Amino acid sequence: MTEIALQAVELVRRIEGAVSHTLVNGIDLAVNKGEFVAITGPSGSGKSSLLYLLGLLDAPSEGEVMICGQPTSKLSESDRADVRLTKCGFVFQFHFLLPEFTSLDNVLLPMRAAGTMAESEMRERGLALLGSLGLAEHANKRPNALSGGQRQRVAIARALANRPEIIVADEPTGALDTASTEQVFSILRDIADQGQTVVVVTHDPALAARADRRIHIVDGKIAEITERGGGELVCEVAS
Amino acid sequence: MNLIFNIAWTHVSTRVRQTLVGMAGVSMGVGFTIMMAGLMQGSQLDFLRQLVDTMPHITVEDERRSVPTQPAEQEYAAVQMSDIANVGKRPGIKYPESAMSSLRSWIPGDVAPSAKTTAIINHGGARIGITLSGIDPRREVQVSKLTSQMREGKLDDLSRAPNGIIMGEALAEKLGVKTGNTVLLIGGQGVQLNSTVAGLYRSGLKRVDESQIYSLMGPAQVMMGQSGVVNQLRLRLNDPMSAQKVAAQVEAQTGYKSVSWQEANADLLSSFTVRDFIVLTVMGAMLLTSSFATYNIISTITHEKRQDIAIMKSLGMREYAVRRIFIIEAAIIGVVGILFGWILGYLLCFGWSKITIFNPLTGSTVPLQIYYSLTHYLIAGGISLVCCAGAAYFPARKATSVHPVEIIRGAS
Repeated sequence: MTEIALQAVELVRRIEGAVSHTLVNGIDLAVNKGEFVAITGPSGSGKSSLLYLLGLLDAPSEGEVMICGQPTSKLSESDRADVRLTKCGFVFQFHFLLPEFTSLDNVLLPMRAAGTMAESEMRERGLALLGSLGLAEHANKRPNALSGGQRQRVAIARALANRPEIIVADEPTGALDTASTEQVFSILRDIADQGQTVVVVTHDPALAARADRRIHIVDGKIAEITERGGGELVCEVAS
Repeated sequence: MNLIFNIAWTHVSTRVRQTLVGMAGVSMGVGFTIMMAGLMQGSQLDFLRQLVDTMPHITVEDERRSVPTQPAEQEYAAVQMSDIANVGKRPGIKYPESAMSSLRSWIPGDVAPSAKTTAIINHGGARIGITLSGIDPRREVQVSKLTSQMREGKLDDLSRAPNGIIMGEALAEKLGVKTGNTVLLIGGQGVQLNSTVAGLYRSGLKRVDESQIYSLMGPAQVMMGQSGVVNQLRLRLNDPMSAQKVAAQVEAQTGYKSVSWQEANADLLSSFTVRDFIVLTVMGAMLLTSSFATYNIISTITHEKRQDIAIMKSLGMREYAVRRIFIIEAAIIGVVGILFGWILGYLLCFGWSKITIFNPLTGSTVPLQIYYSLTHYLIAGGISLVCCAGAAYFPARKATSVHPVEIIRGAS
């Protein structure tokens, strides 16, 4: 039986104000463990908003997000921070590395924040992660000494630091050249193949096609789900 | 190294110029506060020391603190009497020798008698009102610093010169007299006495030096027209600060009005309290102002680091942990600034203590009195640290309370 890593139930995100605006409008979604899901859609369709809700960066107006079967809507902000720290890894369009720190220190940041490992153990894991992403020789360089693709790979290494169940990535290749884009997507694919769940927002249909499942969002709702099965794309239009 | 401290240290160490400016601000505030406190307290203590050295710590007068009740008033509640003349009341303290013996048995210090009266000095056409205190030189040395204040002659010279007197240098200058000259003293009863200036003293308090003269008991009693009278007991205590307490005990024992030096100078001391308050306010303002530099730096850093704050929060660092980074940054600036401020404060105090100024009260050039106290350093450092932490808290709280999504979206 397939284990669900991430589930959204009737998820709504509304911005209240003089004029209310609904970013995410009643989305039901379940992502299996080890699955690679791509969320696509036009600008302003609510795909990033959905991603932030799934990664507990934002709180829903209605509905529930369950991570590894655990509901999160009643968690305090501190508890949500703990879940993010231990169960989610984030990769953004921009690397958001701390500029004064080396690549290795940036990767160590979530581990140090969690404080569950000894310093030597953390450094060993940090170097191993950087090495696995082809950045071993850049471990002691600061972000400004790295290329865009290298910075994004450091950001991925940082996201993987605490061995999270889920990696959420918001247009991780949006600011990269073609070669770097290919490299980053291959890494994310490998991560999923190794059993971690990956949810990625992308504008690139070619890259989305390499995901196990593509969820197309329009006006805050799921418009289409495309699954890749037996080497062929199977399209399912949501009602 | 702890993650929070590591990030904080990285922030301040990569902004050398800003950090140094902040530290300099704190150092200046702390340094000048210490200097000001040392200077103010030094001058105050010096003044009090002169005051305490010049006058007896407790003076027992031959009067009551309140008018004694009349027998009729004690007998009948309805009787109230006023404007009662003490007809036939002989001035002076009764049995002064036995009173002094009794006091010597328990007070932590010594006691000496004196006959105090007012008189006019008439010399060369000048007539100046003065206070004449008849003293016993052998006992006076136990209760006053007059011996060490003598600039010409000795206390013993009082008994060598005919009707010898000792006067302040300021009064002698005013009258144009020198040691060995004769002046005419005129008492309240019209008694006139030719007195020889046997010596000159300088207490450091001009009002004393210009109005207080000393003689032996005999001449003073002659001026009062009361031979053998002792109308004042002068007490000197080992601990001048206990004067108020001891004065109350003396008054309870003798029944005579006993005035401590604090009570005699209550107006002056209350003006010190006002001065202390003003000084503390100014020092607090200096320290607060110096922390504005820290506020400015932390505000700048939190503004520059909005993305870092957002990413740290999105990675799972709690809001208070992120806020603590900036508090620690302010603490680093504050602690280093305070350490340099302590050094600066000491150097300023040392430098000021080498400066001499002309004191118009004493007519002499004296060094600025500085009081060195560890308390000044600790208080200035403590207040400065609190100000720095406060200066960092508000911009840090504002910056860390922003939702990370807002910043991440803004950057995308």
